[in-house]
Amino acid sequence: MKLKIKILLANPLSFMGLLLISLVFGSAIFADFITPFPLHKGAVVDFSNFNQAPNLTNIMGTDLVGRDLFTRIIYAFRISIMLGVVVLIISVPIGVFMGLLAGYSGGKLDFVLMRITDVFLSIPPLVLAMAVMGLLEPTILNGMLAVTAMWWPWYTRLIYNLTRSEKEEGYVVAAEVVGASRWHIMFREILPNCTHAIITKMTLDFGFVILIVSSLSFLGLGVQAPTPDLGSMVAEGARYLPDSWWLTVFPGLAILIIVFGFNLVGDALRDMMDTDS
Amino acid sequence: MSSILRLIVQRISLALIVLIGVSMLIFAIARLIPGDPARIALGPNATVEQVEILRETLHLNDPIYLQYGYFVRDISQGDLGVSLYTNRPVTTDIAQFLPATLELVIVAGIMMICIGLPLGMISARYKGQFIDNLLRVVSLLGVSAPSFVWAVILMLLFAYFLPIFPVAGRIEDTYVIKAVTGFLLIDTLIDGNIDAFFNAFWHIFLPAFALSLSGIGQAARLTRANMIETYNKPYIEMMRAYGVSPFRIASRYAFKPSLIPSLTIIGLDFAAMLGNAFLVEAVFAWPGLSRYGVAVILRKDLNAIVGTVLIISLTFVLVNIIVDLLIAFLNPRIRYSQRPK
Repeated sequence: MKLKIKILLANPLSFMGLLLISLVFGSAIFADFITPFPLHKGAVVDFSNFNQAPNLTNIMGTDLVGRDLFTRIIYAFRISIMLGVVVLIISVPIGVFMGLLAGYSGGKLDFVLMRITDVFLSIPPLVLAMAVMGLLEPTILNGMLAVTAMWWPWYTRLIYNLTRSEKEEGYVVAAEVVGASRWHIMFREILPNCTHAIITKMTLDFGFVILIVSSLSFLGLGVQAPTPDLGSMVAEGARYLPDSWWLTVFPGLAILIIVFGFNLVGDALRDMMDTDS
Repeated sequence: MSSILRLIVQRISLALIVLIGVSMLIFAIARLIPGDPARIALGPNATVEQVEILRETLHLNDPIYLQYGYFVRDISQGDLGVSLYTNRPVTTDIAQFLPATLELVIVAGIMMICIGLPLGMISARYKGQFIDNLLRVVSLLGVSAPSFVWAVILMLLFAYFLPIFPVAGRIEDTYVIKAVTGFLLIDTLIDGNIDAFFNAFWHIFLPAFALSLSGIGQAARLTRANMIETYNKPYIEMMRAYGVSPFRIASRYAFKPSLIPSLTIIGLDFAAMLGNAFLVEAVFAWPGLSRYGVAVILRKDLNAIVGTVLIISLTFVLVNIIVDLLIAFLNPRIRYSQRPK
């Protein structure tokens, strides 16, 4: 793992990715200290200063009730990161478990589990999340639930394919001959050989989860005011184009920066995996 | 030929299983809502008797498996119920809004293929050189922003600052086009109105481009990876040794096998576009399924939500069957094998 980080730092593209990610995480963690107006994360108003174009005090301008946009964007990173972490922590174990089970068992269980996966994969992710979200109340918790509901099948499919090829390998056959239980083989033999693929996909997905959640908020089905969120900020600002362009452009670019960072690193990890094998 | 037929039958039967699963999933989601659907439909002012009558007509008092039975019977007859939002049959609503969305998605899909694949080919051809690195970063950027961000940025740049494209809508109001297919680009041609056709094209260009950007990036990245893999194969080496021109190698011999893995992902991207169309439509005030979908979701209009999700999933499943058959057509090993995959 140490070696990997060295390689990531040596490649200019993945170095940039790591830099972007640490910038986003760092500013989210230390938001209270680096933002000029920490109070503006909540429901405060400053009408004397509303809808200002970017200037020296408000480097990204102010929103329609006079809050500093830069401050709100930094605080919005927090909610995006939290959503990304929670969705992956719940959906990855479920997906991995289903994939291992279906791939190693084969037969009827394989057929049933993979058809269930197909069902989830045949509804466009955003539409499924929208439906779940619309039928429940649009809260942060339900947002996580909705996105989690559509995220696990991708891991099931990935691990399923890997398991199917791994289970023909010598070490699995050897374990079977020695009489190891199927749980031992699934979790102690096959799973460790899938961690590379899982970590790579999780890196790429962290960005995509943020992308989907911001899309939900953009449609008014995600994080609700006054919590600062990048997607809802873009949606709010879009009504005031083209004059108040900063209201949409900066939050939009903020999403781009997070996702781009994770994509750069995930890409480098994937290249590494390809050369490994 | 018989194996092709077998493949088609196999694909369609798998798709049927998936569709039954989708209907169960949607039914389950619809029944998960907290609260009584009849009460939500009638509003807080309805009497207990009125709610009870509606519960009876909606079969809500029957056991859950019977309710599912009624649900499947109705949709198989093309009856998706009445929307509480528009007070019209959901099928009528969807028939009105779906063509605009499909038109947008199809144009975006064409852009994705026509721009993404060549970019990937160029990247692979000049692997490791400046142009390759540039194209890689550009396509990664394309993938890294949600389509509503691209929509906003493109609109700002090319509709406001440089007023080249229109800001909203499908066509100027002055053109009166008879709706035949619902696809304006086709209807204008049927009408023989070339002016209107170009006007409609002018309107669809920017939203479709915004929608296709992440797909373009995805397609370019995949094509690049697959082409590079193909370029390392011995038969390409042999072509080079024979002195076949690089262009001919790229376009004739390396492209087709590289296309196969990309196609699957293009099918999945199409699904993503059906969802993302909601975002782009919201920015460009495109009169498609999006505004309807969001409106019915916010009003908890059960029939309309179920209908919309069902139709979108159906479209997606159909696209995937088409993609699978295309792959079979391109790959002789699948075409002629007895048991595909």
